[in-house]
Amino acid sequence: MAVKFDLNEREVWDGNYAASQALRQADVDVVVAYPITPSTPIVENYGAYVGNGYIDGEFVMVESEHAAMSGCIGASAAGGRVSTATSSQGFALMAEVLYQASGMRLPIVLNVVNRALASPLNVRGDHADMYLGRDSGWIQMGAFNAQEAYDLALCAFKVAENHSVRLPVMVHQDGFITSHTAQNVYPLTDEKAKAFVGEFVPVDDMLDFSRPVTYGAQTEEDWHFEHKAKQHKALMDSRTVIDDVFAEFKELTGREYKRVETYDMEDADVVIIGLGTTVETARVAAKNMREKGVKAGVVAIRCFRPFPYDEVREALEGAKAIAVTDRSSPGGAMGAFYNEVAAAMYTSKSRPMVTGFVYGLGGRDFSIEEAERIFAEQQAHADAGHITTDIQQFSGLRGPHLGFFKTARG
Amino acid sequence: MSVESQDLNLCANDNRGQLQLGAGAGLVGWDEVTQGIVLTSFNGDATGIANKKAEERTYSEFNSYTASVASWRVNKPVFNRDICIDCQNCWVWCPDSSILSRDKQMLGIDYDHCKGCEVCVEVCPTNPKSLLMFNEHADLDESLAAWPEKKKKEKK
Repeated sequence: MAVKFDLNEREVWDGNYAASQALRQADVDVVVAYPITPSTPIVENYGAYVGNGYIDGEFVMVESEHAAMSGCIGASAAGGRVSTATSSQGFALMAEVLYQASGMRLPIVLNVVNRALASPLNVRGDHADMYLGRDSGWIQMGAFNAQEAYDLALCAFKVAENHSVRLPVMVHQDGFITSHTAQNVYPLTDEKAKAFVGEFVPVDDMLDFSRPVTYGAQTEEDWHFEHKAKQHKALMDSRTVIDDVFAEFKELTGREYKRVETYDMEDADVVIIGLGTTVETARVAAKNMREKGVKAGVVAIRCFRPFPYDEVREALEGAKAIAVTDRSSPGGAMGAFYNEVAAAMYTSKSRPMVTGFVYGLGGRDFSIEEAERIFAEQQAHADAGHITTDIQQFSGLRGPHLGFFKTARG
Repeated sequence: MSVESQDLNLCANDNRGQLQLGAGAGLVGWDEVTQGIVLTSFNGDATGIANKKAEERTYSEFNSYTASVASWRVNKPVFNRDICIDCQNCWVWCPDSSILSRDKQMLGIDYDHCKGCEVCVEVCPTNPKSLLMFNEHADLDESLAAWPEKKKKEKK
């Protein structure tokens, strides 16, 4: 029997601590981990909860992130509730195994504290690691602050373990800005949190000796395609389950989450659409722009995978010019997020102008002033009736202007 | 020594080695494949199945026991009952559980699963060996007829 952990109605937690408390309250059976900055405290805290008797679980230290996710797969296939955390290079080392977890339909929850990928080596937050996971078949949720890192971690277990989903979930938070900034967090009581997440009900667990099963079968051209299609369908179908879990969470806490969040979008002409902590910066900038008479709004992606095409199109249909913000070096293409938003808007009635901004790499600050400048630029496009700048631009970069591609619709 | 003792269905239950890999049988659409490619090993309740002999187990169609997985074998081991001392060395070492043995008596080779690795021949202690490699297509009777004589110990 676990020792009771005293909680106040309001706590001052950073994003890492908030996520680790969610793991404790969800009664996670096994955490297999290889700690890496800036996500280390999540698994470190879980280990301390085990060591101090606050949770009846098992903490397994392994030799690499590849082994960490492999251990999670083993424990999850055995029939346990399993979670871990990682960042950046650790995430990259896990990449091979991420596809195994989703292909085997194992409901592991991975807390990803977003951090840039080397080289150059960098411990600060950008979204390079998050983007690396975008085709891995995991559900990807994004928290913009510590409270959301806690809330979404609880929701993640409930979504992943739903028997019609059975897919692993990543809960992302931005390195340092969220993970190491202490903020007010309102936790659920242990009883409420446990009741919300629910008992773990295993599927095809390997410890059921009356029904031995094989995980990790090999399939070639005659079977592989059908299995991947079924997996993709499950990921697409998880959208309604995510909506249901968010609705239940709102019922319980009053805190509302949507797969696409909108701010000041009722009459917005110009929009910044973003991921992570950038959203809160853009919201402040939008308010400032409105005081100057610019109808500015913000759209945020709460659920990056499965990508919410319908909701993005619906949210942006009334806009004239949209700035898509990619916090990952696109490596010789438009940003991935830009591509997805542009694809969604291509099939809209209004076909608003969409430009992309590469920004904030390696933790470079994204300021309110820069967000305001981007809004003003969108207003210029709207006034001119065509894109007046390069379609892809770098934002907050020193040196001469860097941008690529012009519109053919000018 | 007769070819009957090398019966290919030696110790087999009804479904050992019946499926051919890549034969295309039973292909279903994406909506019918199992979730997460998780495959059951046995039909029905498998409680206590570890204590049953292979031929008594209810292997499922997903279990490689029911498939022939030896199509790429080039050379096969042939077993000579007349020389074998039932030491079980080959049974212990075989990496594919393809040595058929009951009550510590060597019976023969499971040719549906043997890959022809030659480990059984290597570990066989008799003189001459009770297991020798022959071409996959060699006739069993001819192989046994060609068995070498006992080698004399060389004086040092």
